[in-house]
Amino acid sequence: MSAAALEPAAPALPRNALLRFLWRLFRTKPLGAVGGVIFALFLFCGVFADLLAPYGFNQISPINRLKPPSLQFPFGTDNLGRDLLSRCLYGAQLSVIIGFCVAILGTAISVLIGVVTGYLGGKVDLVAQRFVDAWMSFPDLVILIVVVSVVGPGTPQIIVILGLFFGIGGSRIIRGAVVAVRENMYVHAAQSVGASTARILWRHILPNVLPPVIVLFTTRVGAAILAESGLSFLGIGVPPPAPTWGGMLSGSGRTFMYQAPWLALMPGLCLTIVVYAINVFGDALRDLLDPRMRGSR
Amino acid sequence: MQAYIIRRLLILIPTLLFASLIVFSVVRMIPGDVIDLMMSQNDIAADKKSREQLQAALGLDQPMLVQYLRWIGGIALQGDFGRSLWQNTPVTEQLAQRLPVTFELGLFALTIALLVAIPIGVYSAIRQDTAGDYVTRSISLLMLAVPSFWLGTMVMVFPSIWWGWSPQVKFVPFGEDPAQSLVQMAVPAVILGFALSAVTMRMTRTMMLEVLRQDYIRTAWAKGLDEKLVVLRHALRNALIPVVTLVGLQVPILIGGTVIMEQIFVIPGMGLLLLDAVSQRDYPIVTGVFMVVGLAVMLINLLVDLSYGVLDPKVRYR
Repeated sequence: MSAAALEPAAPALPRNALLRFLWRLFRTKPLGAVGGVIFALFLFCGVFADLLAPYGFNQISPINRLKPPSLQFPFGTDNLGRDLLSRCLYGAQLSVIIGFCVAILGTAISVLIGVVTGYLGGKVDLVAQRFVDAWMSFPDLVILIVVVSVVGPGTPQIIVILGLFFGIGGSRIIRGAVVAVRENMYVHAAQSVGASTARILWRHILPNVLPPVIVLFTTRVGAAILAESGLSFLGIGVPPPAPTWGGMLSGSGRTFMYQAPWLALMPGLCLTIVVYAINVFGDALRDLLDPRMRGSR
Repeated sequence: MQAYIIRRLLILIPTLLFASLIVFSVVRMIPGDVIDLMMSQNDIAADKKSREQLQAALGLDQPMLVQYLRWIGGIALQGDFGRSLWQNTPVTEQLAQRLPVTFELGLFALTIALLVAIPIGVYSAIRQDTAGDYVTRSISLLMLAVPSFWLGTMVMVFPSIWWGWSPQVKFVPFGEDPAQSLVQMAVPAVILGFALSAVTMRMTRTMMLEVLRQDYIRTAWAKGLDEKLVVLRHALRNALIPVVTLVGLQVPILIGGTVIMEQIFVIPGMGLLLLDAVSQRDYPIVTGVFMVVGLAVMLINLLVDLSYGVLDPKVRYR
């Protein structure tokens, strides 16, 4: 008989649990559910920005310079006469792309490092953990400024850097969860029937650290959006004329904010609402999926 | 205790060496040669000879390993971080000028963060699930989401439109006029402090809730001690240890925040120095700032570890 047939199956989430889970979310965590709805709305705006935006993000119109919010331009216009609502919608698109790509890449790296070091332990774990320690003792933003200045600004660069960055930082959380799962009976059972390490990691460890992975992923989307906008604000993120929420608050627009305060208000408001929604949603997910992580961040 | 401190300081050396090697090689990969930049700025005819002269004068003609050994040797033996490629002044001089500014801003912000976070966290815990608890918790979640660069921008723009008020532009060092210096730092420090206080407040609340359920707290209540004594002396002191750890972990975030505040409010600290140096490809300054910031973070974490002994007499250093 093969090892696979003897292994007791790891407890897995039931298939159609998603709907039931959403129902539980709405009933027990109304604020988190509202956050989830805003998050979904943000995704919708980002995905369909091309259809929703009334104007192009870089459509310059000199006669409409610095118009206050009105029916024609709900968010007003900037110093080049570009419609701010359209720019914010396209900004949502960029944020969705960057937020998700960074979160996917970062979570993948976290899981890879966390699962391997947490399960293997010993020297590999020690070396990797010292490396993570040294990495985390330097201020994020300072490392990011130095690294971005090396690879240059641009969307793909930002995604890779932030992904690596969050990946290494988040590996700690996954590692902790793996260490807790490692000593469970079903893992020992799988080991004793001679399942390969790769198989144990994939079939037994990974499904059981899924809750913290999901929570990590959600919070990383928000953190990535915030980090990207911070870098763009400093002028080393996604270069203009790309309509990033952070970039709109910096650069040439700053001098016009005193005449047109909506230039300062709108992009930041979008950013704050979206990040707030993701945070509350992530908190609610954590409470429901992984009570052990409560209070950690 | 002494042996512990010495051992901790010794552990810093390999970490710093490792970091120095990485930052040194990474910074050298910055695209665009500083020589090209300087020559285009100074209008030196870009012939090969003057180029080589400039390279030799700046020590950039040596192999990278030699450059690294010279640089790290200078730091370790004489505290010399090299000279700025542009101003030709010692980097150490620049760092000594900028570090106190960032330190002042950071310490100011941290003080505000703790003064806000701990009392509110304690209040939130002893009045758990009341309206006040909900309100403060929601606000703290909101503070986590508001980007400090946006808040800073708003503070620059709206008061100026409504009341014609704007933060002062001319910078006053602390040594010259302490009061004036603190006044000009107040706005960025408050913004930064509020942003930091969110996490600390949540942590204080969580830890207080846990401690308040302990038996010795019940004993204290049963003895008839008044609330102030129970909460402050019996509970808070025990709840503070994880909070202090968290403060140590927040130092890197605090430094990142000072970079942004210095940029918005034009405060000539380490952050502004770094941003300028990066755009001018002034390697010695970039590496110098990086090393000093790293060392500062590590030393602060050592202080945090030592403070456990003050807060909890059970902790012994060996």
